[in-house]
Amino acid sequence: MSEPEDMAQETRQTTPYDERLLLAERTDAEINQAVLQPMLQTGKGFWVLVTILSLIVAWGVYAWSYLIYWGIGVTGKNRPVYWTLFITTFVFWVGISHAGTMISAVLRLLKADWRRPITRGAEAMTAFALLMAGLYPLIHLGRVWKFYWMVPYPNNRLMWPNFQSPLMWDMVAIFTYLIGSSLYLYLALIPDMAMARDHTGNWRFKLYRVLALGWRGTEGEWHKLHRALGIFSVAIIPIFLSVHSIVSWDFAVTIQPRWHSTIFAPYFVIGAVYSGLSALASILVVVRRGMRLQEFLRAEHFDSLGKLVMVAGMAWVYFWFAGFIVEWYGNEPVVRELIREEVSGHLAPFFYLQMSANLIPIALLVFKRVRTTPALLLATTLLVNVGMFTERALIVIGSLQRNDLPFNWGNYRPTWVEISIVAMTFAGFALLYTLFSRIIPFVPVWEIKEGRLRYTMRRIGRLLVPTAAEID
Amino acid sequence: MATDANLSVENDRRWVLVVDLDRCTGCQACVVACHAENNIPVVGEKQAAYGRWMHWIIIQRYWEGEYPNVKARFMPVMCQQCTEAPCEPVCPVFATYHNAEGLNAQIYNRCIGTRFCGSACPYKARIYNWFQPEFPEPLTEQLNPDVTVRTRGIMEKCTFCVQRIRRAEIDSQAEGRILADGEIQPACVQTCPTSALVFGDLGDPDSRASQLARSHRSFRLLLELGTGPGVIYLKGGETNV
Repeated sequence: MSEPEDMAQETRQTTPYDERLLLAERTDAEINQAVLQPMLQTGKGFWVLVTILSLIVAWGVYAWSYLIYWGIGVTGKNRPVYWTLFITTFVFWVGISHAGTMISAVLRLLKADWRRPITRGAEAMTAFALLMAGLYPLIHLGRVWKFYWMVPYPNNRLMWPNFQSPLMWDMVAIFTYLIGSSLYLYLALIPDMAMARDHTGNWRFKLYRVLALGWRGTEGEWHKLHRALGIFSVAIIPIFLSVHSIVSWDFAVTIQPRWHSTIFAPYFVIGAVYSGLSALASILVVVRRGMRLQEFLRAEHFDSLGKLVMVAGMAWVYFWFAGFIVEWYGNEPVVRELIREEVSGHLAPFFYLQMSANLIPIALLVFKRVRTTPALLLATTLLVNVGMFTERALIVIGSLQRNDLPFNWGNYRPTWVEISIVAMTFAGFALLYTLFSRIIPFVPVWEIKEGRLRYTMRRIGRLLVPTAAEID
Repeated sequence: MATDANLSVENDRRWVLVVDLDRCTGCQACVVACHAENNIPVVGEKQAAYGRWMHWIIIQRYWEGEYPNVKARFMPVMCQQCTEAPCEPVCPVFATYHNAEGLNAQIYNRCIGTRFCGSACPYKARIYNWFQPEFPEPLTEQLNPDVTVRTRGIMEKCTFCVQRIRRAEIDSQAEGRILADGEIQPACVQTCPTSALVFGDLGDPDSRASQLARSHRSFRLLLELGTGPGVIYLKGGETNV
């Protein structure tokens, strides 16, 4: 990486504490402009990116139409592998969505100040990842045009959905989480919408005026905002835990070998946090470069985020091992066969890819240089998500290939339709995120300004010492 | 409708199918009969090779021993009509449910194709319509009017020929007599050249199926999973290998 990429050296000022965002010598007006300018200036690269992503999405929509027109047979599914890449990617996206709340609600409650510049990016990631995840239960239906039969409303079929089914729990959990996280995202956005309204013109002014809901920044408004954010932060944590637990129960409540496991819920939750935090780090590195947000996303933030990823990774390894050793020791015939396939059979390449992609980053993130060098952090966190995607594929697709009656064993090959649709959601996520970052201030300005009020430099003897005040 | 007096299923019937593995020769006649009776489409060589055959009965073939002392074992596996069916609670739209005669009923028109039941079924006896079913000529001439022709994107499976059960029940009621043992014959039972399959009511201790179920050779497939299967197998290798 070239010299200016090194975050520690990038800051223009030379005072020793200036590498900390909340202590940087900036006026409020400078901060406003530093956030707004990248939104207003869209270069050629931006439009190229948007075009490419749109083309991938368009191709994916074609593939989905093809799937609906001809039937699920155009995918690689068969008996017994009834669930494949769609469910894998569904689990992956729900996992990605977890880091948003993790960062913003948990760290807000813990009053971790390094969260301030990255909360918006994290919350947006939650919302868009959930939108992508929510497509899959539709895509994988054999008769998607009947999807509303799963919606509980009084109807002329006199049929209520079956709430014994984990798919119904899923639907309730995901809708709840989507609504909750969108509201949470929007609440924290209101003061920044007002800021943007006051500094822009034309269509942006009209848009921000509507979205700002007439925010003026009175003490009463701030009081209500903090109350609401406080309530949401607490309320959304159980939802965030429940969503991925429920996703895991899609598998764990069946008696399919390797799915039927009591550890699945916490194992999935921690895997989601690991994968989601990694995705957030990857995204922040990319957005920071694309939007030139070096001012706000500094070494200290990537350092803390990298540590969090590392801890989540260690916890994931613990849960993985706790599940694996019991299955291995239990030596139940089908489970034994599945483990044999993973360790030395036809699933082995995926298994070793998954294990190395999940374990190596933990070791790498120990080093501060890896955590604070954008290119290294990007490579490391992308590797984590390669590993986590493979892990989900092994759980969903790998397990289904073997079952209690050996004559029913089967194999699976993906088709272009499945791969295109999976690519569609990745491109769709990136597209939504890219457009979002040009319309909505990516860095929560008010949170940074609020954080800056906490910190002052005080002279104690001959030293300049940063001091923090308790504010709420 | 369970509440209709004429079609009442308020009884203690428990339909079971007994499969004598010593008599099964793996001839697949039951599979063909099942296809004909239940309007099951044929999918062609390519799809079948990829594990998408649509037989409701799958003659599972296992090789025993090493060449040249090798034996082929056949085990027809169809929907086991489980008492505690793992496929039932996972369906979000009640497309599969348990009826009063212990049958695991599949309602094609309700199915939206999540395939959750297929993943949950330990016997993998559930069959999916991957494409719009096609019946090449002259198969269209022999479609059974008593059975729905399914569309793509839904699950189907062995029903114990529920249409034959219902017809026999209605006929016997109309004639005011009690349904005799052996009067109901699913297509596979009717066809089996070696009489390896016996259908009957386990609730009637004198039925042939009940008697066979009490044989020392009887076992149920994957009983340890707690599914309570309604297909009773008679162990092979004891009588006339």
